[in-house]
Amino acid sequence: MLSIKNLHASIEGTPILRGINLEVKAGEVHAIMGPNGSGKSTLASVLAGREEYDVTEGEVIFQGKELLELSPEDRAREGVFLAFQYPIEIPGVSTTNFLRTALNQVREYRGLEPLDAVKFLSLMKEKMALVEIDQKLLSRSLNEGFSGGEKKRNEIFQMAMLEPVLSILDETDSGLDIDALRIVSNGVNKLKSEKTATIVVTHYQRLLDYIVPDFVHVLYKGRIVKSGTKELALELEEKGYDWIKEEVDSTATV
Amino acid sequence: MSTLTQQEFVLGLFEAAPATYSSLRQLGKENFYAQGLPALKAEEYKFTPISKKLETSLTDFSPAKPVKISAEQVKSAVFAGFEGAVLVFSNGQYLPEHSTSVDGISVRLLSENETTPLGSIAKADKDPFVALNQATFSDGLHITIEKNKEVDSPILLLQFHQAQGGQVISPRIWIEAGDFSKATFIDYHISLDDAPYFVNKVVEIKGGINTVLTYHSLQQEHNQVIEVSNLVTDIQKDSQFTSTQITLSGDMVRNNLTLNLLGSNSVGNMYGIYLLNGKTHVDNHTNVDHTIPHAESNELYKGILADQSRGVFNGKIFVRQIAQKTNAFQQNNNIILSEDAIINTKPQLEIWADDVKCSHGCTVGQLDEEAQFYLQARGIDKTTAKGLLLYAFAGEVLDKIEVDSLRNFIVAQIQERLGSKF
Repeated sequence: MLSIKNLHASIEGTPILRGINLEVKAGEVHAIMGPNGSGKSTLASVLAGREEYDVTEGEVIFQGKELLELSPEDRAREGVFLAFQYPIEIPGVSTTNFLRTALNQVREYRGLEPLDAVKFLSLMKEKMALVEIDQKLLSRSLNEGFSGGEKKRNEIFQMAMLEPVLSILDETDSGLDIDALRIVSNGVNKLKSEKTATIVVTHYQRLLDYIVPDFVHVLYKGRIVKSGTKELALELEEKGYDWIKEEVDSTATV
Repeated sequence: MSTLTQQEFVLGLFEAAPATYSSLRQLGKENFYAQGLPALKAEEYKFTPISKKLETSLTDFSPAKPVKISAEQVKSAVFAGFEGAVLVFSNGQYLPEHSTSVDGISVRLLSENETTPLGSIAKADKDPFVALNQATFSDGLHITIEKNKEVDSPILLLQFHQAQGGQVISPRIWIEAGDFSKATFIDYHISLDDAPYFVNKVVEIKGGINTVLTYHSLQQEHNQVIEVSNLVTDIQKDSQFTSTQITLSGDMVRNNLTLNLLGSNSVGNMYGIYLLNGKTHVDNHTNVDHTIPHAESNELYKGILADQSRGVFNGKIFVRQIAQKTNAFQQNNNIILSEDAIINTKPQLEIWADDVKCSHGCTVGQLDEEAQFYLQARGIDKTTAKGLLLYAFAGEVLDKIEVDSLRNFIVAQIQERLGSKF
């Protein structure tokens, strides 16, 4: 589904990603872990098409298409979804209104009829239950005055509405209490299928108790330096990242 | 500035002025000569070189005569879904044959009975354009709302404008609201073709006690129009007055809005949107005078400026020493969409009382790129995302417009301008 080859990216001339290679197949959950500043969020942003980053080398093939050549909106329409680490507050735009615009543009791209108000509302009700989000919240301005947990639930709600093929969760667990974490993870798990894939970007192992990954990759200094199964996450939780840093830094100097 | 041109400019108008209200006109003339057209550095017109604009754009310094308006033109100008009375004007001249009547409201031509105390609210010695209008207005309308009459449906003042080669149109309107009355007006200017002209409008509103009056003004003329509009109102006790000023086009537009809060427990609301592109220059000068204790004013103007457009906002709040317990709030927010657009914004507070709550704030910024990316990342194209954000920015003011047909019309105009439907 997703094939990242030798991906290099920089921001304002400073290289952040220095050769990422990653293969994600349908039905899989990949966790990307790593210390602060290793490039985890940059990877998520580059995949979603954030303009501040310059891709200097490499390619990303998503379902046979050159992902990096698509605009952010076309990536979303092709089925890439980024759950933001810091969801944006937009005063004056309600979640309902914005999501209806988004969903209908996505549907148009996929050659589907736009949803009328009634169908949209019933779809919304169905997906709201999934993340235990209140309709009142959705008729308010997008994320304005929402708690951290509400914002993250709103991200997963949007994901449920847009039914992406590839979901990238960028530190969705950060700042969540255990209840919110459980709700968010439940939502993600229910949305998983054999046809979809998930990339979970996280600093902590905690989330991975709920969203169980098939593969765990450790990102350090812009490269994937170690890959393994969920046991690797547990090991990282126990021992921290220092041993990996040492391993990498010593090989680098040799 | 060249005095010769100024003389040419006003002489033609003075000579063509009707014989009605002769002493009032004479006073207007004297007041005009005492002030003259604003000099280039005149503080009140500092960022808006209106005199220069008039000199270079006007070719015919005479009043534009009323033009024939057809029933179809009236019909197509009324907003879809509008329910209420329509009063039609052609170059400031009231056209009864196209207008509808409203229960509880009477209208008459100013010339019909020369007793209207014109100039008692909009003072000729305060602004040269008020003086000029007072000296030269052709005719206009006196509107009276009966005491105790609450008119629920809005009254549309449809002002058609057309001139050959830059003539002057001087509309004059006097509105008098009886005690305990309520009414909503929509003042809508329409150009019949794209020939240039200069509109110099004065509207005076005399409110009774315990009145609720709303005056929406929509300026959407073509881009060669020069306009100076003066709206002045006296607000008595227990009354509420609301103005919304929506400006979408024009060459150079200057709006002077003056609210005199004369009775306790009165409220003055001033809202505005200017959505500008091309070389349009729009200047909103507002002035609220708190003359008594326990009154409130609220002000919110939002501007979106593209291309080489220019915006000016000057919000004056005057709180007299006696006006304790005043609440006065002012906010002006702007989004600049291009490198060449300019906004000059200035709050001007003069507070002589010591027990008041006053706040003001101006912001000038660009479109939030993070927010735009967020919307794009959900599948919304860039143009729509931009439109959605700008619309949301203006929405706070649009929400204040309670006439659905008017709000929908403005929303459609804004959406069309922003190039997206949502």
